[in-house]
Amino acid sequence: MAMLEVEGIHTYYGLIHALKDVSVNVEEGEVVTIIGANGAGKSTMLKTTSGLLKPRKGSIRLNDEELTQLRPHKIVEKGVVQVPEGRRIFGTLTVMENLDMGAFICTNSQKNKKNLNRVLELFPRLKERSKQVAGTLSGGEQQMLAMGRALMTNPKVLLLDEPSMGLAPVLVDDIFATIRQLHDAGTTILLVEQNARLALQVASRGYVLQSGSVVLSDTAENLEKNEMVREAYLGE
Amino acid sequence: MLQRIRERISPTDVVMWLIGGGLMFMVVWGSIATLIKGTYTTRHWIDFVIFGLAQGSVYALIATGYTMVYGVLRMINFAHGEVFMSGPYTAYFVAAYFYRNDFLEAQPILCLGVIFLVSMAVSVTIAFFLERIAYRPLRGAPRLIPLITAIGASFFLQYLFRGLYGSSFQAYPDIPMLEGHWVIAGIRILKFQAVVIVAAVMLMFALYSFVMKSRIGKAIRSVSEDKEASALMGIDVDKMISMTFVVGGAAAGAAGVLYAIMFKQVHFFMGFIPGIKAFTAAVLGGIGNIPGAMLGGIFLGLVESVGPSLFLDGLGIVAPYQLKDAIAFTMLVMVLIFRPTGFLGERLAVKKA
Ligand SMILES: Nc1ncnc2c1ncn2[C@@H]1O[C@H](COP(=O)(O)OP(=O)(O)OP(=O)(O)O)[C@@H](O)[C@H]1O
Ligand SMILES: [Mg+2]
Repeated sequence: MAMLEVEGIHTYYGLIHALKDVSVNVEEGEVVTIIGANGAGKSTMLKTTSGLLKPRKGSIRLNDEELTQLRPHKIVEKGVVQVPEGRRIFGTLTVMENLDMGAFICTNSQKNKKNLNRVLELFPRLKERSKQVAGTLSGGEQQMLAMGRALMTNPKVLLLDEPSMGLAPVLVDDIFATIRQLHDAGTTILLVEQNARLALQVASRGYVLQSGSVVLSDTAENLEKNEMVREAYLGE
Repeated sequence: MLQRIRERISPTDVVMWLIGGGLMFMVVWGSIATLIKGTYTTRHWIDFVIFGLAQGSVYALIATGYTMVYGVLRMINFAHGEVFMSGPYTAYFVAAYFYRNDFLEAQPILCLGVIFLVSMAVSVTIAFFLERIAYRPLRGAPRLIPLITAIGASFFLQYLFRGLYGSSFQAYPDIPMLEGHWVIAGIRILKFQAVVIVAAVMLMFALYSFVMKSRIGKAIRSVSEDKEASALMGIDVDKMISMTFVVGGAAAGAAGVLYAIMFKQVHFFMGFIPGIKAFTAAVLGGIGNIPGAMLGGIFLGLVESVGPSLFLDGLGIVAPYQLKDAIAFTMLVMVLIFRPTGFLGERLAVKKA
């Protein structure tokens, strides 16, 4: 039994059939990636997992516990937290207030302090900026804040939707270094990326999503060697 | 060159600027004429200002409800005036009971406390169920639909309270402690007006601190900014929307008692005009912005109180005070035309862009 099991989900936007029988598993401590072109349904898949969208069919389980019908904040309470595409930090709140919101579900101040210290250790930059209004941060800092905010409850599974989007190459490397660091610390991660090359380097396994269906799933190593993946996603 | 200018300035703009300029000219000219004429002494002006502050701080408290609800739902809760009416109208019966039994004379502070609590509790309840029953099922519907529902809810509540409590004006009992006046730094100030101003300022401070500092307040601000991201952080968005109505309802219920202390009467229709004025104040301040709503309310109260005499008396208008509502709504229209984001509205405009 995998830690996170997404099984045969179908998600619709009105009449648009955006996910067709998608199944994804993530084992404890694993980094798994979903790669796919624009509009393939990667974000839809993460939104469905987080409960923002309800699948019409299929089921989503965490350690065998059904999440499918839960509302988004309940899913966070179960330990599945998402860093959404485009960061979506609260721009009018300060950096510290954003982090507080990441810890909203936890009222144990001792635990919060511990998690906060861990996050600030991971992103020392956020400590310097703690009183600054988040909207004035640079793109890279905003991504750090988005990730730090999601880590404030020490989630069981972290869902990352295109963390490298819109960042300069140096910063992309930083973000991937952080993902590696989180992985080494034992965090379970489901990573959605356009940058397939980097994603396959950190992940142990990957799924290829095409027009709402999983067309391929294999170990990262095999995917990197796969003819179709090389052509379509690695630009070779 | 001329061509370019013509392309950039539309004829409607020219007309608008002419109207705006004309009004500004009238205001300045009227003010100068009034001051030269000297009908009013300094004492009068001070009285106008104090009354304006008292009236304005009541608007300010109501306006926070409009602005907070707009923040989380991007809708104007047109039934907020009725939320404001429901509290003091219900508390009237408590006040009348206290008065009949002479409690009001013996224990004025305790009685006032109870009246405030009853009024706030009723307004909070009405606001809470208003959102639950009338607005929540329409979440995600096109924006016009909740707006129409809000107007319907406003009428429903008016006639509900008319049915419950009757259609006549009820005179709020005098509170002996608040009769008379104080002299502070040589300025004579009516006790009830001073109490209204101080209470309103304290309430606004409490509300602002709650929104800025408390866990729930921060979550309400997060929801105002991004509902999906808030949900992804584990915030129960529906609950925070309810909390917004509760906080706005509490402010409106408290404002209602202050209003009743100032005007000494309640009526099922009493929420209508203050409601629209407070809405105006929220727009003046920049809808969605809480300090803006407070500033807008106080500004509107001052302009309404000082404006008629200052702007219009010098122009030879006989009963300028009758035109205070006209001044208030002219200001609303002008703000909507020339500065749609209100005094402090930039933040919102930036956020939406
Ligand atoms: N709110 C929506 N309403 C209707 N259709 C939508 C909506 N959001 C996404 N879609 C459609 O669903 C499909 C999958 O979109 P999704 O955002 O999941 O793609 P993605 O793989 O995340 O793409 P990207 O790499 O651009 O982020 C697309 O065809 C998109 O047009
Ligand atoms: Mg996407």
